[in-house]
Amino acid sequence: MSIGLEHYLILSGILFSIGLYGALAKRNAIAILMSIEIMLTAASIAMIAFSRYVVPLLLTGQIFVIFIMVVAAAETAVGLAIIISIYRKRETVDATEIDLMKM
Amino acid sequence: MMPFLVWLIFLLPLSSFIINSIIAMLVHPVSEGTRGGNLRNKISGYITIATIGGSLILSIWTLLSVMALPHHELAIPDINWLVIGDKLSISLGLIVNPLTVVMLIVVTVVSLLVQIYSQGYMHGDPGYHRYYAFMSLFTASMLGVALADNLLFLYVFWEGVGLCSYLLIGFWFHRPAAADAAKKAFIVTRLGDFGFLAAILLLFANTGTFDITELSHLAITGGLAGATLTWAAIGIFSGAVGKSAQFPLHVWLPDAMEGPTPVSALIHAATMVAAGVFLVARTYPLFAHSVEALTTVAIIGGVTAIFAATMGLVMNDIKRVLAYSTISQLGYMMLGLGTGGVAIGMFHLFNHAFFKALLFLGAGSVNHATGTFDMRQMGGLRKIMPWTYVTFLIASLSLTGIWPFAGFWSKDDIILSSMESQPILFVLATITVFMTAFYMFRAVFLTFGGEYRGGDPGSHGHPHESPPVMVVPMVILAVLAVVSGFWNVTGSFGVFLGHGETRSFVEGFFGIFTHPLPWISMLLAVLGILLAYAIYSARWLSAEHIGSLFKPLYILFSRKYWMDELYENIIVKKALLGGIFNGLEQVDTHVVDGAVNGAASGTIAGGGVLRRAQTGQLQLYGLFIGIGVLAIIVCLYLFG
Amino acid sequence: MGIQIAFWILAIVGVVAALAVVLLRDIFRAALALILCFLIVAGIYVTLNADFLAAMQVLIYVGAISVLIILAIMLTRDIQRGSPSNKLRIPAFVVAILFLGVVVFTMTNTAWQVASVSPQEPTVPVLATKLFGEDGFILPVEIVPLLLLAAVLGAIVLVREK
Repeated sequence: MSIGLEHYLILSGILFSIGLYGALAKRNAIAILMSIEIMLTAASIAMIAFSRYVVPLLLTGQIFVIFIMVVAAAETAVGLAIIISIYRKRETVDATEIDLMKM
Repeated sequence: MMPFLVWLIFLLPLSSFIINSIIAMLVHPVSEGTRGGNLRNKISGYITIATIGGSLILSIWTLLSVMALPHHELAIPDINWLVIGDKLSISLGLIVNPLTVVMLIVVTVVSLLVQIYSQGYMHGDPGYHRYYAFMSLFTASMLGVALADNLLFLYVFWEGVGLCSYLLIGFWFHRPAAADAAKKAFIVTRLGDFGFLAAILLLFANTGTFDITELSHLAITGGLAGATLTWAAIGIFSGAVGKSAQFPLHVWLPDAMEGPTPVSALIHAATMVAAGVFLVARTYPLFAHSVEALTTVAIIGGVTAIFAATMGLVMNDIKRVLAYSTISQLGYMMLGLGTGGVAIGMFHLFNHAFFKALLFLGAGSVNHATGTFDMRQMGGLRKIMPWTYVTFLIASLSLTGIWPFAGFWSKDDIILSSMESQPILFVLATITVFMTAFYMFRAVFLTFGGEYRGGDPGSHGHPHESPPVMVVPMVILAVLAVVSGFWNVTGSFGVFLGHGETRSFVEGFFGIFTHPLPWISMLLAVLGILLAYAIYSARWLSAEHIGSLFKPLYILFSRKYWMDELYENIIVKKALLGGIFNGLEQVDTHVVDGAVNGAASGTIAGGGVLRRAQTGQLQLYGLFIGIGVLAIIVCLYLFG
Repeated sequence: MGIQIAFWILAIVGVVAALAVVLLRDIFRAALALILCFLIVAGIYVTLNADFLAAMQVLIYVGAISVLIILAIMLTRDIQRGSPSNKLRIPAFVVAILFLGVVVFTMTNTAWQVASVSPQEPTVPVLATKLFGEDGFILPVEIVPLLLLAAVLGAIVLVREK
């Protein structure tokens, strides 16, 4: 059985679901951020898989992944900055204790 | 040119109202003797007299034009006022036919004379300008009622008349009695107007038109018949019952005495109460094709005539005597409309307007001299106020129906027509003739006969004849009260209004006595006068003795059949306040407020529940987003 | 055949590494598992003939982002408390599983129009033409520095001592 598009897509789905679970279930804000990175990566795999199998000559999916990487880098930088800022104020990075949105 | 001049009849008093309102806002009366003070104080009166005089001249001219026309009908082009699609089109138009011009003449003549008289009577009143503004609007509204060619506009002017009567009855609003009487008049007539409005809507729903001519045509051709026609006619009549103070909505008119006496003269003679009779006459084809409606009109009229007369027998206030007499005479008019036709009812309205206005002006003149309306404090004014006495006497004879005064001719017609169709009402009407004679001459003898009994205890000073500005209108009205009846001696009034036949003047003038009925009614009237003479002038019989002899009746009459108490204590306080209003209040507090409060507390409770979902927990929100996305995808698979 | 073996190995290791990221209580070890996961993904890219992106993946994710995350973990000094799960563990698990089910169902039930052409190799010249050439993605490329600048400024403002 040769490896086809579906294999990559399902791998991408598995990674995405794992990331989703982590983003929803982890207490530590940094862990949540890490889970989100996994989700982004999963999306990137799907993009490249589509690019490779559906439009092999155009590489549009790969261009998209480049931009996803940019966004991921920016997101990580800002997200970590926010976490550190909150940690300075509250001495914790537990997402369940950060409930400013309730106000 | 012609339509414009007819419009002007209505617009002149209206313009006077507007000008006088502005004057009333800007100018305050100044004391006598100030330079220019006389003109300044009387300017609004002059404007009103001038405009209504103009209307009178135009009305006479219209009358002559209409009489000259073969069909007695003048076409005035409509002005489109409101057009919605092709379903609803309301136009403001005038109808000029014999009925209109008769009414125009009555209104303008009486109104003009009353305005002139008011120059004397209202002299020095602080609300002088306001008074004339209201009087102008009153006259304008009544002219509008007479001229309007569709029910909707007639209703607008009709309510205008009601509004002005409220304003004028409550003219001295600082007196609680006047304010109460004004409210009473307004509310009681409103009950009748409700029926009128319902009838207008009923007619419109069934025919799609407000136009009176079209409606009449439909009634004649049978396009409008059966229960609809009857209910519409009865609804219109209920409006007339309210305005014309017919039983059982008559209670407001005696209390309307609280207004200035010239206002009473206008209300009783030409404007307010005449509107009801006029309305029935205007929509007469609707009544004529519904036996039930016509019978209702006749019965209410006949019953009111005698019912009011009995109360008039025992009143001590001269204006109240006159008020009950008005109600009674209006009953006659309704009886005439119900049994005879438009001409008979309208002819009595025409005559009655002059002598009743005169009686009120006379009462006002007496009041001006003595400071009271209580006849027990008057007496002996015959020598002091000869002009007032003579004119009052003429009016009383006319009202009593003595040949050849005006009242005789119209009242005789009514009694004759009632004899032909409603025998029981005929008997009531005949008894009423006797009562009318008695109470009118009771008033005459008490007021003018005997010795002066001092007038109002609070006032000092001797009674004197009124100034010429008051006497002259009374004299003019006295002449009219004698001669106005001659119009129909030859039958020409009836022909003008559409039925009857003409005869020579001499034949009509004397030939009336070939019928036994005039003899009977004249005899009854003379008996009534004699009885009044016997009790109140010659004192062969003691009033107290007779009073105690018929004590239960006396109490019943003087307490006005406890109608006021019935309405106020039982219907208003018990049934309305205690029952319906209280019930409505309960509904309001528990159901309406309950619904509102329930909605609020339900929202609060719902918010309290939903608030728990808003934990501020980022991940919970994320979970909800995930569930939402899943739900959307599943929905796409299931229904997409 | 070599690609197949490579894919299966990479896929299994990658999933295990990802599970380790979300399941390990020790946040530092989770971060290390994340680095492994990123490396595996770079390998996956290679199997997809995306040589340039594989290099970028290693440079950016493994090199920069991972270092940043580890730095943040150290700065917050919260390693002792570890990375426990919250109360939503079971609902989150259910949602994730359902999501996976829906995705797998969709992926396997869609008739993908797979092209039979063999892929471009090497990709760098083509990507360069796409990004900087005419009718390419020059505008997004111009916008990206702006985004990065905003992110840098935002990060500085957020962590600056008052």
